[in-house]
Amino acid sequence: MQDVPSISVAIIGSGGAGALTTGDILLEAASAAGWQGLATRTLGPQIRGGEAAALLRIATHPVECMPERYDLVIGIDWLNAQRFGAEILAGPESLVIGDADAGEPPPILRDGGARVLNIELKELAAGIPGGRPNMIALGVAARLLGFAPEQIDVVIEKRLAEKGESAIEASRAGIRAGYRAASWIDYTCKLAPPPAIEGKRWLLSGNEATGLGAIRGGIRFAAAYPITPATEILEWMSPSLVKAGGILLQAEDELAAINMIIGASYGGTPSLTATSGPGLSLMIEALGLSTAAEIPVVVIDVMRGGPSTGIPTKSEQTDLNIAIYGMHGDAPHLVLAPQSVADCLFTTQWATYLAETLQSPAIVLSDQFMGQARAAIPRPADVAFIGARAVTREIGGTYKRYAATANGVSPMALPGTRGGQHTAEGLTHTEHGTPTSSAEEHVKQLDKRRDKLDGHNYGDHWATVEGDGDLVVLTWGSITGAAREAIAQARGEGIAARLVAPRLLSPVRPKEMQAALVGAKRILIVEQSHSAQFHRYLRAHYELPAEVQVFSRSGPLPITAAEIKNAMLQGS
Amino acid sequence: MQCPAPVYKQADFKSDVKPIWCPGCGDYHVLLSFTRAFAQLKLAPEEIAVISGIGCSSRIPAYTNCYGFHGVHGRSLALAAGLKVTRPDLTVVVASGDGDGYSIGGNHFLHACRRNIDMTYVVMDNHIYGMTKGQPSPTTEPEFDTALSPGGTGVRPFHPLVVALASGANFIARCFSGNPNETANVLAEAIRHPGFSFVEILSPCVTFRPDESKWKEQVHAAPVAATTDPGKAARRLMTDDGFNLGILYRGDRKPFQPASGASGYDLAQLERDFEQ
Amino acid sequence: MSKSEPKISNLNDLLAAAYRIEIDAVGRYNLLADQMETHNNPELVKVFRDLARAEGIHGEEIRRLAGDFDVAAHAETMAQFAQESPEEADLSLAHYLMTPWHALQLSLKGEERALAYFTSIVETAKDPKVKAMAAELVEEEAEHVNLVHKLLRRYPKPKDDWADDPDPPHPIE
Repeated sequence: MQDVPSISVAIIGSGGAGALTTGDILLEAASAAGWQGLATRTLGPQIRGGEAAALLRIATHPVECMPERYDLVIGIDWLNAQRFGAEILAGPESLVIGDADAGEPPPILRDGGARVLNIELKELAAGIPGGRPNMIALGVAARLLGFAPEQIDVVIEKRLAEKGESAIEASRAGIRAGYRAASWIDYTCKLAPPPAIEGKRWLLSGNEATGLGAIRGGIRFAAAYPITPATEILEWMSPSLVKAGGILLQAEDELAAINMIIGASYGGTPSLTATSGPGLSLMIEALGLSTAAEIPVVVIDVMRGGPSTGIPTKSEQTDLNIAIYGMHGDAPHLVLAPQSVADCLFTTQWATYLAETLQSPAIVLSDQFMGQARAAIPRPADVAFIGARAVTREIGGTYKRYAATANGVSPMALPGTRGGQHTAEGLTHTEHGTPTSSAEEHVKQLDKRRDKLDGHNYGDHWATVEGDGDLVVLTWGSITGAAREAIAQARGEGIAARLVAPRLLSPVRPKEMQAALVGAKRILIVEQSHSAQFHRYLRAHYELPAEVQVFSRSGPLPITAAEIKNAMLQGS
Repeated sequence: MQCPAPVYKQADFKSDVKPIWCPGCGDYHVLLSFTRAFAQLKLAPEEIAVISGIGCSSRIPAYTNCYGFHGVHGRSLALAAGLKVTRPDLTVVVASGDGDGYSIGGNHFLHACRRNIDMTYVVMDNHIYGMTKGQPSPTTEPEFDTALSPGGTGVRPFHPLVVALASGANFIARCFSGNPNETANVLAEAIRHPGFSFVEILSPCVTFRPDESKWKEQVHAAPVAATTDPGKAARRLMTDDGFNLGILYRGDRKPFQPASGASGYDLAQLERDFEQ
Repeated sequence: MSKSEPKISNLNDLLAAAYRIEIDAVGRYNLLADQMETHNNPELVKVFRDLARAEGIHGEEIRRLAGDFDVAAHAETMAQFAQESPEEADLSLAHYLMTPWHALQLSLKGEERALAYFTSIVETAKDPKVKAMAAELVEEEAEHVNLVHKLLRRYPKPKDDWADDPDPPHPIE
């Protein structure tokens, strides 16, 4: 029996099998026991009853990406499971467990050389009043992962409290039946015990973390139009904002949502909306207005497969172009990208702070992978960034809303401030806000809006820069975690590499990037985009060393640490 | 010798694509009504274009054997307008839901009624946003509790039939998915009627509105025959209970169809206008 | 709202209507089987395909009774039922977690509606040949009703939590 630092599990089932719930319970139990973890899901095209798989990784260290191969694959049933294809792979070290009554595992799971076993999940469940096969499967998984049944009981009792004692008893019995059924399995991997916890563990999704970051950063108004995979941000914020003294308004569409938050912000309330690619496309015109009129808003884009309606339930990194270049005219603005579930909280909070401070829209490029993943993490540190808009209350003399100041930020007079009356303007304007077509005034405002962003001190938060070596892995967003893991693995094989992942994508930071890349001989750019949008962005704005390798691929499959490591070894 | 035109049966209008709608969804009945109506009208599948936006109801084009367009959210009426004025030979049917059609599509709804291009607009209304997991739609009751609007929106629902009448729709009807043959008859008449025909079909959502299973007891035939008087129609629709079924208004506006095609104009004249 | 029904003026009309009722039921059960297949309920796929097959056999029997007369072609010329064919199962009662008991309940209601339909023809028909054949069809449907009751006894009524799914619905767009 060897202690391993991390184990991965896939639970597959369909039509009411409860595979996802089983995965959620395991993650919750792991978190309560002190392990860290990440859980994602993959689904068929149906709204209910479809084939579904809960994908889990539990470890003694932070988990920010999913594995190449799953150590344990349990099929409550295998209906349509071949649809998951290359997303759920098993290798020679893997264990695949199914119910002989519920068919055979798909060839892709059998062909990798995994050990395939059968446990009569359905029969065992039938023998328990109120028993369900997924509880048996839960017991099997829990035993193989090294949990004590009581650690699972605690989670079940909380979840089923509403359903009553008999439901809880049935689940407890099911779990123990699963334990017994798995007791003969010779499984040589055991999760190393979790390190002692300092502080609390949190269990939350990237979307929830985003919502919390927004409220912490000072957001008190949100306009909502649902779109997959961003809806959960708005659904979490709806009651939470009210608790914080704010308001959420449901909009009739994204055009209304973006204009509503600009309106609320004009009145002085830090405001936010959340959407995905198709919604961001609709919001672009108004984001230009926000830029030109210097009214801050935060727009979360939880990126999904594109183009057009695309693959709504899968992740991609293909809204980079529209986020940075989408507005007509020259309209520099803030674009940020979190790098993990935990970072969704920090980045959204920081984005809110920056938007308010610099009076600019901030687009936060999250993605479906982080947004809908659930992570067991240590409680994120409190961060001091709270939106503080430069507001002017005492007006002496004539007020110039768009006054050219030293740092480019013009104090805003909120409606209700005597003497501060002005008309916010999308038309090119003078310092007073009066429309103009004067070349001098136009350039003055363009300079001001550019300089206020370029001149701000973003500190170290602009990017993750880690490690040492001639080779630099340059990536962004959710791939950062996989890159970090790849670099750690490559170090084990004698390759030293640096990780550089910008969190601030716009404005660009040429000096800071130069410092991060100093001495680099080779760069490996990794991104989830068919047209390599990040590569082209880097080329446009930054000096790169001569040897550039690009590993870019469209969604829907996530890019794994193993693939990045292979790319690192290939080029050398 | 001319071959006789083929006669298409209901089954000929259905494609092989298996719908992803939840079993129990009213839209399965609506699909039957569509295919029955097309067969009744003795149309050919290739002469029909089914245009949709985004949402559960908007999946319907691929389930028919007609030409289809699964467009972006809320813009199906605009797509259809462009298609119909340039291809008046086609029978254009637009499919939408209460979210796609009355929320993001609201503006286009007003103008489509106003423009009165000859097409049929079918909105499958289930009083909820189904595809995105159950948020309130413009026709959801103000007290209906959801995650996005806990305790209900507190906002009065939209009255689409009144809006349609006020904006100029030329044919207004309401159906219930659970009466598929009746619905098919109304659809056939709507398609035959010139100008913009609007048919709202109450189509329960089995997953997010299981309470709508009681709709089959609440719907009832309209107590009076359809009127051609917009004033009378306005009064009836303003006091309508939302479950009144049947053809409620038949207008006589002339459909909007710009003339096009060969005009005999010599294009070279366009250039001569610039000559000095 | 027009409450049309197919007009039964003679024996051929009756046989054609009876034939169409069975064929419509075949289509409806196959549609339900397709839904169950897409939604991963293999047990119900089999139940509905079996029901479709049974209705197909009934349809063949009607065709045999009709002898040389082309019931299928004649059925095409007849008016629609006001709502649905009597034996077409109510789609709104389907559910992705439905059990064989539920499917048989749908089937039972269909057979009972068909029985009621032919009974009303026995009562209202003027033509004695139509009356006699309708009476014969009433007996057939009564047999079907009893068969479904027999099958129902094999399947226990599902527990109250039959529709419980631990997993939530998924947004797909």
